[in-house]
Amino acid sequence: MVQVGELKEGDTILRLEDVHMSFGKVAALAGINLDVKKGHIHSIIGPNGAGKTVMMNCINGLYRPQKGNIFLKGQKVNHLRPHKRAELGLSRTFQKLELFGGMTVLDNIRLGRHVHLKSGIFSGSVYVGKTKAEEIESRKFIEEEIIDLLEIESIRDKPAHMLPYGLQKRVELGRALALNPELILLDEPLAGLNLEEVEDMARFILDINEEKRWQVTCVLVEHDMGVVMDISHRVNVLNFGIQIMDGTPEDVQANPEVVKAYLGEEDLYSTRR
Amino acid sequence: MSGSGIEITKELTIPKLFLRQCKKYGKDKVAMREKEFGIWIPFTWQDYYENVKYLTLGMVSLGLKPGDKVAMIGDNRPEGLWAEMAALCAGGIGVWLFQDCMMEEVKYIIDHSDAKIFVGETQEEVDKAILIKDDCPKLETVIWDDPKGMRNYHQEYLISIRKVQDLGREFEKKEPDFFEKRINEGHGDDVCLLFYTSGTTALPKGALLSHWNMLTMGKNLMAVDPCYDTDDFVSYLPFAWIGEQMMSISCGLQMGYTLNFPEEPETAQENIREIGPHVMFAPPRMYEGMTRQVQVKYIDSTWIKRKAYELSTKVGYHVADLQFDKRPVPVGWRILHWIGYALVQKKLKDHLGMSRLRNSYTGGAAMGPDHFRFFHALGVNLKQIYGQTEVAGISIVHRDGDIKFDTVGTPIPETEVKITEDGEIITKSPSVFLGYYKNDEATQKTLVDGWLYSGDRGFIDEDGHLVVFDRSKDVMTLSDGRPFSPQYLETRLKFSPFIQEAWAIGDKRDYITAVMCIDYSVVGKWADDKKLNYTSYHELSQKPEVYQLVKEQIEEANKDLPAPARIARFVNLYKVFDADDEELTRTSKLRRAFVGERYKDIVDALYSDRDVVHMDTKITYEDGREQRIRTDLHVEKINVGD
Repeated sequence: MVQVGELKEGDTILRLEDVHMSFGKVAALAGINLDVKKGHIHSIIGPNGAGKTVMMNCINGLYRPQKGNIFLKGQKVNHLRPHKRAELGLSRTFQKLELFGGMTVLDNIRLGRHVHLKSGIFSGSVYVGKTKAEEIESRKFIEEEIIDLLEIESIRDKPAHMLPYGLQKRVELGRALALNPELILLDEPLAGLNLEEVEDMARFILDINEEKRWQVTCVLVEHDMGVVMDISHRVNVLNFGIQIMDGTPEDVQANPEVVKAYLGEEDLYSTRR
Repeated sequence: MSGSGIEITKELTIPKLFLRQCKKYGKDKVAMREKEFGIWIPFTWQDYYENVKYLTLGMVSLGLKPGDKVAMIGDNRPEGLWAEMAALCAGGIGVWLFQDCMMEEVKYIIDHSDAKIFVGETQEEVDKAILIKDDCPKLETVIWDDPKGMRNYHQEYLISIRKVQDLGREFEKKEPDFFEKRINEGHGDDVCLLFYTSGTTALPKGALLSHWNMLTMGKNLMAVDPCYDTDDFVSYLPFAWIGEQMMSISCGLQMGYTLNFPEEPETAQENIREIGPHVMFAPPRMYEGMTRQVQVKYIDSTWIKRKAYELSTKVGYHVADLQFDKRPVPVGWRILHWIGYALVQKKLKDHLGMSRLRNSYTGGAAMGPDHFRFFHALGVNLKQIYGQTEVAGISIVHRDGDIKFDTVGTPIPETEVKITEDGEIITKSPSVFLGYYKNDEATQKTLVDGWLYSGDRGFIDEDGHLVVFDRSKDVMTLSDGRPFSPQYLETRLKFSPFIQEAWAIGDKRDYITAVMCIDYSVVGKWADDKKLNYTSYHELSQKPEVYQLVKEQIEEANKDLPAPARIARFVNLYKVFDADDEELTRTSKLRRAFVGERYKDIVDALYSDRDVVHMDTKITYEDGREQRIRTDLHVEKINVGD
């Protein structure tokens, strides 16, 4: 595991430098720069096809950018595979749910603890010593920090595919949190949720960002402008792979170019409120 | 002497009893359990004692004086009970609010009760308190116990329950004997609880109950059906409901049984199964829910399981009916019953968490005979009770071996029940309340010469059992001049798993009609199986196929009714009746006058020749948002014959 010095609030936790990513002749990302500070909720907005999810995939390591650098906690991670980046404290949720439908909620979340389980096959086969201690620790963490936070006590033993969509989204967040991340990528966590679920999810995002126990930096890709403008510290606006703005929510809302490119499309992306 | 060996005197108070029980059981016995983080966490009587003691002293150092009110709101949890007990130990008066109370109700009750301290559970309750704080000048302190979401709250009147207990520890250093001294100052005639009854017509009224009321209630119920200190009870119904207070405080404290608190309200059913309580008391709605659960699972299961269920239930019903009639059960039926029980009912009871159940009670509203027979056929000793907040719980209960499903039983010890000339049920007992808080007019109407006037109409049958007909003001007159109970009709309709709520109309009209609310999950499942498309409750309720389904359910219920009492027309409502819309009380009783006014258009249409009624109305969500609804509802006619 790669050792990196502790970051303080306000230090750069994630930096993208001139990242380019093309699929054939389509340039999904054309020279993106991004600077995410520790402790922030940093939103990335833009119309469909702007390159937001591609950017997430680059950060997370699913895609390798053709050009440019990605720094996680000051360390260049271009060459690192996704699971190595996870070990650095990076976690994510997906726009389209990626849960294991046949497994229970609890098992799905437990899976997220995988990088923290270090005991070997022999200790595991007899459930003594290290394995036992790890399991107890892991159970405590999942129950006290995640299930309680996300209020999913009543569904912990239900198979994930049986749950309504809104709850599945919550479970996905739970799995991402099980990694105990420092930085979490949230790809449209509010899409497809009803108003009540949106309010709940927005509260959970604030909780994991602000609560002393968590203090997770969030990179949020989201279309719900009401929520984005309410909870973000900083907003990046993308359009056709190009960054057109980087600023506070107030700046972004006041920028005529952004309004034209994106916010102007009231009907398509208007907030639910 | 009560079954617990404790003599209930006028000197005794709930806190004195609490002290005595804590000393008796100490560290050796579990007083309560709470499921938290997936594990049942026990609290011994010693833990109970310490938590209550420091909370009491903390409240006293916050300025709580004898007679001051402490308002409490939140789910059932140890901290809730500690807060209540602490308020009583400090000589204060407890006021419980329903968890789902809307702002206006919270404001009214806090202001009317002169509450000085507000104990909430989470951020949600604290938010309510903050919003009403300016309108309730007598409210001084707001206590919370769950830190989640509280990080950005810095109002100086907010304090966590742990901090209050720390204040208590400080206080103890100064006055080490204060706790016991204050408790010993109490007297049985002191007021201990102020209960706001959710009126079906007007603003809530605050009923004042004394320690003596509560303790005699527990003693007299336990004299009929004793519990033991080895028993388990699951506390999951609102503390603001007198039935829960009766079981958790009046009986629980006297008998010393273990109270179990579910993890979350949504997990209650599952947690009940894990605990397997020995005694249960719930309003009919809970039992109706269980019945529906069994019926739906039955519909979904395989052929062989359905057959096994049908056969065993048939035997169960037969044996239950023999027992109702107090006739001996022939040996052949006994053997069949035993086989059916071993193969089917035992398992079913286990799933419902009723395996160890000795007595289960239902009260608070009317339960239909169909539901009642259903549980007896299952081998559950379900008993009706009758009571009200004003009598600290109940006055009438069924006795073992003397159960009739159309009655509510006979009076408990020290209780007299009579019927006035007008047919009103009146009660006299040591548990009859002291009066309504700041409402002499209502007190004078309700309490006459020590008799409690219930406002319910009923009669006493040839076996001395009380039969509760209905609320006096709800009794309908049929077209042939006979009186009839709409509640009876409604409970019959609700036996169908597809029907969640029903409202029968027809006072002094030519025929009876009903407004029906389908059960969204059950009818939704039924529609899925039939490949019917729908997007919302509203759309589903208006499907012709669903109308046909509901019609069949009504026809089934109509079968056993005299012709003038049969339902001739109905409408499927576009929503379910809800307490947030003021259509139900917080204990889920229909507020007839209110719905009559609100759905006047529907009622008019039901008594006209139109077959469509246009609705334009608004509904209120739990967070207070409103949505306008414009729709056409179909009026369906049913042939009722003669």
